[in-house]
Amino acid sequence: MATLDIRDLHVSVGTGEEEKEILKGVDLTISAGQTHAIMGPNGSGKSTLAYSVAGHPKYKVTQGSVTLDGEDVLSMTVDERARAGLFLAMQYPVEVPGVSMSNFLRSAATATRGEAPKIRTWVKEMKTAMDVLGMDPAFAERNVNEGFSGGEKKRHEILQLSLLKPAIAILDETDSGLDVDALRAVAEGVNRVSAAGDVGVLLITHYTRILRYITPDFVHVFVDGRIAEEGGPELADRLEADGYERFLKAPA
Amino acid sequence: MAERNQPADVRPELIRSTDVEDFQKITGREEQWRFTPLRRLAGLHDGTFTPGGLITRDLQAPAGVTGETVTDADPRVGTVLIPFDRVSAQAWSSAPDAYVLSVPTGAELTEPIRLTVSGAGGRDAAAFGHTVIDVGRGAEASVVLDHRGTVSYADNVEISVGDNAGLMLVSIQDWDGDAVHVQHQKIRLGRDARLRHIVVTLGGSLVRLSTTVEYADRGGDAELLGLYFADTGQHQEHRLVVEHTVPDCRSRVEYRGALQGDEAHAVWVGDVIIRAGATGTDTYELNRNLVLTEGARADSIPNLEIETGEVVGAGHASATGRFDDEQLFYLMSRGIPEHDARRLVVRGFFAGLLARIGDESVSGPLMEAVEARLAKGPN
Ligand SMILES: Nc1ncnc2c1ncn2[C@@H]1O[C@H](COP(=O)(O)OP(=O)(O)O)[C@@H](O)[C@H]1O
Ligand SMILES: [Mg+2]
Repeated sequence: MATLDIRDLHVSVGTGEEEKEILKGVDLTISAGQTHAIMGPNGSGKSTLAYSVAGHPKYKVTQGSVTLDGEDVLSMTVDERARAGLFLAMQYPVEVPGVSMSNFLRSAATATRGEAPKIRTWVKEMKTAMDVLGMDPAFAERNVNEGFSGGEKKRHEILQLSLLKPAIAILDETDSGLDVDALRAVAEGVNRVSAAGDVGVLLITHYTRILRYITPDFVHVFVDGRIAEEGGPELADRLEADGYERFLKAPA
Repeated sequence: MAERNQPADVRPELIRSTDVEDFQKITGREEQWRFTPLRRLAGLHDGTFTPGGLITRDLQAPAGVTGETVTDADPRVGTVLIPFDRVSAQAWSSAPDAYVLSVPTGAELTEPIRLTVSGAGGRDAAAFGHTVIDVGRGAEASVVLDHRGTVSYADNVEISVGDNAGLMLVSIQDWDGDAVHVQHQKIRLGRDARLRHIVVTLGGSLVRLSTTVEYADRGGDAELLGLYFADTGQHQEHRLVVEHTVPDCRSRVEYRGALQGDEAHAVWVGDVIIRAGATGTDTYELNRNLVLTEGARADSIPNLEIETGEVVGAGHASATGRFDDEQLFYLMSRGIPEHDARRLVVRGFFAGLLARIGDESVSGPLMEAVEARLAKGPN
């Protein structure tokens, strides 16, 4: 059973004089089969946590460790992390002109599975996965994220999640900017992946809205670069009622 | 070869002569030469070259097609091209002979003609050449002109596409790493003639290709496609001139280039001229560059000169895109190794252009050549 272990993680952005510490000691353990929600105000460092685990070059880890089943994630390249079983659904998916979705998805599946999927089963697999998410098959021939609406981009992220079947999935504000239909489709997609396999999900969100569709086992409140409080699903309800005020006012 | 001169014109760019001395010395400040690193031309431009380069030609052609070595007394030599700059004149005067490839009138070839030009001797050994491709009236032919090996080579290629004839010419520059190649191609289209011209530049230290298209009569249709991939240290320069002088002709130009590595430099200059008499002209030219890494540079200059308003269409565009760190991160975060990520992007970038070739037996090997380059780097 896969476990992602984040210990005392400190992360900075920028260089030299401009360097700024964003994560100030994060401890978090996610195991396959669990769903965790991280909730926190804008600017608290949620995306920084997600990108740092995925290995984005902009973020510099200054202290602490991240391991996946005991393996040192921080010493892996970005692609090695993905092949080890990590997946990040990005808050702002990137447009890649010139690369068709079908080529991209097949390359990604080949890389993470260690061998190229057989053409016939692959086409079927992709079609089914798109169908489930309410995506037009014509998307397969479009360039990656190019000209996609916000909702289409998010569906595409979840499509990748369902095809790549990671051990640990981090979903960074996959719910933001979605209308109700898109939100439901995305949430169902995530639930289907959780139900089908042994995946640990870390759901990063600003609002409690998506938690009506996806029930977390654990809720972590994220404030100013660290986890301020932890609890079960009931913590989300309290945040819904009280907001983040209580945490923001707390003395440092 | 012997000298043939046309009356000298006052404007230097309009001089046509086979005599090197009729042209001013190249300083590098001229508009035509300002991008070219003259130091790396191995003396092809100023007479300081070292002779001794070796060029061999290998022809694979269907029955009926002839390839022969002739002297410049042959009437087919110099009918389309008279040198218009110093290097071209040097190639004319230093070429030991001329090679004439003829497709007879009315021949409909189903197999491509393959003319492989192999160079030997390295960059410090210069060679010169002259090639004539003559496609007879009403003929249909494909020619793959493949340059490989390593040498410093300056040559002229003149191509005549007869009335109602169709030619697909694929010119591949798959030189080894230190080769230098300066080529002038001039193409004349007869009445209702069709040309599909595909340039693929992958190898060499410095490759500078000038392609000029002119129309002898109405109804000519030229599609000029180009694909180049410049890696570390390579200079690839493509200069096109399409001159519309007669009515009702069409031209389409689309060059796409990808660049990666330090000092990879691509230059594209596309001049389309529509003279006053060329009413009913339909033209569009496009250059797209994809810069894959820091340190690579693409210069792109489309020019459109119009002397008549009575055209069907006239346009041009140029766009340079960057494969940036965010795109790389996105692809890699899905498990795709960096090298494969770049290949995916380049493949996608060129696929749209190669699809326009239509003939899979031609485009397939071209894509393979591009992929091989991507895999092995500039040398
Ligand atoms: N490149 C950067 N340079 C400086 N500050 C940055 C940079 N990237 C993010 N930040 C800052 O880091 C903080 C956390 O950002 P982020 O992780 O995106 O928060 P969240 O996802 O919780 O909204 C913010 O204050 C943001 O302005
Ligand atoms: Mg964020």
